[in-house]
Amino acid sequence: MTIQGAVAPLALMDRAKRVAAIAAEHADQVDAEGRFPAEAVAAMRSERLLGIQIPTAQGGEGVSVLEIAEICTTLGKGCSAAAMVFAMHQIKVSSLVSHGSGAGWHEAFMSRVAGEQLLLGSATTEGGIGGNLRNSICAIEVDGDTCRLEKDATVISYGDQADAILITSRAHADAAPSDQVMTVFLKDQYTLDKTQTWDALGMRGTCSDGYVFKGEAPAQQILPRPFAEIAAQSMLAHAHILWSAVWYGIAADAFARAQAFVRAAARRSPEAMPPGALRVAEASSLLQGVKASIIAALTQYATAKGDEDKLSAMSFAVAMNNLKIASSQNILTIINHCMLICGILGYKNGTPYSLGRHLRDAHSAQLMISNDRILGNTSTMLLIHKQDTSLLA
Amino acid sequence: MATADTIRTILAQHGKLPVDAATLGEDSDLYAAGLSSFASVQLMLAIEEEFDIEFPENLLNRKTFSTIATIVEVVTELSKDQQAA
Repeated sequence: MTIQGAVAPLALMDRAKRVAAIAAEHADQVDAEGRFPAEAVAAMRSERLLGIQIPTAQGGEGVSVLEIAEICTTLGKGCSAAAMVFAMHQIKVSSLVSHGSGAGWHEAFMSRVAGEQLLLGSATTEGGIGGNLRNSICAIEVDGDTCRLEKDATVISYGDQADAILITSRAHADAAPSDQVMTVFLKDQYTLDKTQTWDALGMRGTCSDGYVFKGEAPAQQILPRPFAEIAAQSMLAHAHILWSAVWYGIAADAFARAQAFVRAAARRSPEAMPPGALRVAEASSLLQGVKASIIAALTQYATAKGDEDKLSAMSFAVAMNNLKIASSQNILTIINHCMLICGILGYKNGTPYSLGRHLRDAHSAQLMISNDRILGNTSTMLLIHKQDTSLLA
Repeated sequence: MATADTIRTILAQHGKLPVDAATLGEDSDLYAAGLSSFASVQLMLAIEEEFDIEFPENLLNRKTFSTIATIVEVVTELSKDQQAA
């Protein structure tokens, strides 16, 4: 590794920290008003974070998922919604990088994402599919060089603010529900007719409204690989790792507040152990567990990356599913511990120890792809897959 | 003995396909025909039971179950290996 290569990640994290500071400053307002974290996303653009994952050949920085996960955590400590917008954008970019390389239109589009700092949205949810993103009802219609799509997209996070949307559909009018493709539509190639407004318990700034999507674009904008491969080989790992990194950031900020609370109490009366001290130690252990699971998944992904067989193996899917289940459940336990430590000052809004936003945001983790659905898929795989129980493999 | 016809019969029983399995060629893409990941596991279990074999971890992937021809090939190989063992 050259010296430049070793120094770059430090500079990258400095950029991320500047964005996180801006995100943190507006986090309470974003949450209270349920509005898009515009200041944080503007800062991501000015720090040029939206194109970092794109290969250098297309004008990006070729940054690995490891560093993107670290940025997700850093942002998650400041504002969960801004961090989740960043994570969702990067998950879409990962599909382009993994499955659009070699395709002329998609390579040119990646250059635009990096150059113009375009924000990518996702439309994988559809009314009537029961939350299973591996099924579509709508079908893309290819007519010569043009493709058309209409979709009842019940959730498109930051749909109003996205510069382009990656959307799933059946591959053609006669295709089975699971025979899907993903297509990139640019903002001037679609209309969004809002059907549902996002007024939710937490993650309020993601503005995950519902829309009827109608688009028309050149057919070459359809990603060349089946969506089944994209889902298994880039989306699954990136989604579960980057979401978990955001959630870890939320829990880590809650923990920092709880620890500060106990330290302040200890300084006031050094002779007596503050009542919450033992719980801080418990939460510390739980937090370390979440961190370790993410690191283990990142290591597993680094080993499998670029190897289609490893990425589509059941062992890989089970491991990524397990990460999602564990981190989404454990952050709730951690933040609840922090709430018990901070007491009424944690429960109240507007104190240095407030945890209401953290707790509400964290509750989304079990639901964004329902844990029950993921456990159902894992349990099916475990009927045939024998889990590797060695320690180091 | 795994033949295209025996696999097709198991596919008809367990594949939950929206199309008639009898219409599928040996090289037809089963995922394009609507084989879901859930049904593919049921298919694997039924094949393990029928041929008294176990799929090793490295074959539990999308590619192995992508066509009738690849399934026949893999099952024939495994039957030979696992009977010899």
